[in-house]
Amino acid sequence: MEFWVVQSFNGLSYAALLFLLGGGLTLIFGVMRVINIAQGSFFMVGGYVGYSIISLTGNFYLGILIACLALSLIGMIIERFSLRRLAGVNLRNMLATMGIALFLQDSSLLIWGGDPLSISVPNYLSGSVQIGNLYFPALRIFMILEAVLIFIVLMLVERKTRVGAIVRASIDNPETAEGLGIHVPLVRMGVFGLGALITAFGGVTGCAFMSIYPGLDFEMLVFAFVVVILGGMGSIPGAFIGAIIVGLMDNFGKALLPELSYFTVFAPMALMLAIRPMGLFGKG
Amino acid sequence: MLINRLKLQIWVFLPLGAIPLLIVLLPQVLPSYIVILITQSLIYAIAAMSLDLLLGYLGLAALGHMAYFTIGAYVAGILAVRYHFHFGSTLFFSIAISAVAAAALGLLALRARDVYFLMITLSIALCEWGLATRWVSLTGGYNGVVGIPRPDLGLPWMMQDVLPFYYLILILFLICLVFIILLVRSPFGKTLVGIRDSESRMTVLGYNTWLHKYIAYIITASVAGIAGNLYAYYNGYISPDAATLVHCLKLVLMVGLGGPGTIVGPIMGAFIITFLENIVSIYTTRWLMVIAFVYFITAMYTPKGILGLLKGFQWQGKRERIQKWWKQVRLP
Repeated sequence: MEFWVVQSFNGLSYAALLFLLGGGLTLIFGVMRVINIAQGSFFMVGGYVGYSIISLTGNFYLGILIACLALSLIGMIIERFSLRRLAGVNLRNMLATMGIALFLQDSSLLIWGGDPLSISVPNYLSGSVQIGNLYFPALRIFMILEAVLIFIVLMLVERKTRVGAIVRASIDNPETAEGLGIHVPLVRMGVFGLGALITAFGGVTGCAFMSIYPGLDFEMLVFAFVVVILGGMGSIPGAFIGAIIVGLMDNFGKALLPELSYFTVFAPMALMLAIRPMGLFGKG
Repeated sequence: MLINRLKLQIWVFLPLGAIPLLIVLLPQVLPSYIVILITQSLIYAIAAMSLDLLLGYLGLAALGHMAYFTIGAYVAGILAVRYHFHFGSTLFFSIAISAVAAAALGLLALRARDVYFLMITLSIALCEWGLATRWVSLTGGYNGVVGIPRPDLGLPWMMQDVLPFYYLILILFLICLVFIILLVRSPFGKTLVGIRDSESRMTVLGYNTWLHKYIAYIITASVAGIAGNLYAYYNGYISPDAATLVHCLKLVLMVGLGGPGTIVGPIMGAFIITFLENIVSIYTTRWLMVIAFVYFITAMYTPKGILGLLKGFQWQGKRERIQKWWKQVRLP
């Protein structure tokens, strides 16, 4: 029993990271139809920027804030100067974002070097919380709470606000939306920035949870793809459910069947593709 | 006018005629490092040509085409190292197993369209990578299959040497090239282009478009399997890395850079990328930056690759200018 609770908890905290990563990817795909190869790089660079700010100022939350702002700015610049000109061509979009991902990887190597770095968190987050006779690390609880909070905020904004209605209109019918006076390119730029922001958030907390190193970008990207394929591309609830499935499968796979640990992540994806190619919440 | 055109064509075709001579004779005088790079480029060119058949001629964004390259390579490696199979038989099994895998996975992949097709082919490559890293008893895990010997063909030349191996790869490359050219020129190839341009029209005309796509998928996978087989012999080892996203995109870049939907384009792309990667990394540690810019510029500014650029260049009245210049040169 204890084993199952602890492992599920660990799986869910990893799922929180995966949601921030996959949520950014799916948000960008939903609005722009772009498969962003640089999403993993946003995660990694977000972590690096957060690391620098936190080691300079010692303030964990300032680090998160500045990393998020910096990455959303980078995201908006990328959208404005490259992806906007490539609207609707999948493979060329992927090549362009691949170039950006390699550029970000090499720049980070130049700036932060190749050694693994780790963020130190405030004291109250480095401890653990005791429930019954089980101990739960506070940082992992913080990660789960932050992911759930972001999920709820995203859903509320999408469903209940004027901004959400504008974004939905731009997805469903960009031409009519333009006709109604919505500046669709601006919406896309904003959404790309938001996608980068969410992922950078995950990057900073992820960097506190595990160390960060060059190459992490493509490692995390693979998991982000699995999350998004499982949940359905373009669907935020899909990314949420997908992240939980992948997080749990990965953790239990590593704990129970270490020989097959990647397989336990990829098998659900293969199964999903065989049964329902568009994913759980995707539209055909 | 006609004579002028003929003369111009002579100037175009004379260098083209020299190319076969060059590829046979030049390696005799080139440094062996360059010959090794040419060998590697030829292997990648086979894979890139097969991907181009899907990407350029059929219009299917098969991102994970490296999956079949990897299958071919692993089959060659495992059979050659553990079971001491002969080169001919590993080549046969590489083709056969790639084709069987494509026949099974193609059923899955071709159910989806556009982005979903792209993601499915990518996830096939990812699954394979996961399997190759974890199925240690078969694949050797992260270390891969090591110590693959060069093929022993019973000829007087040692394949461990640079030049004989180059000629072996060259011959196989030319066979694949002729095969692809024949395929593209055949009614089957024309139908593929028709499906790319308008699938609904081809359906109305009575073609079984799904079957055409399915067969093309299997054929291209087997050609990629050949490339993988040769790569295993060339490299001497094969690791799961071959099926990663980075390598999948590299193959797409080769096709996109050279010119999708052409025969020469992917070959050119394979040569440019292979040489860039290896030569630039000699001179600077920031070679990844250079590759990043190649990706970005290919995506942003060359929608039809370098060949497309060249063609567009010719069409913008350059021929008239050359003819004018020719008249000026000739008159005095």
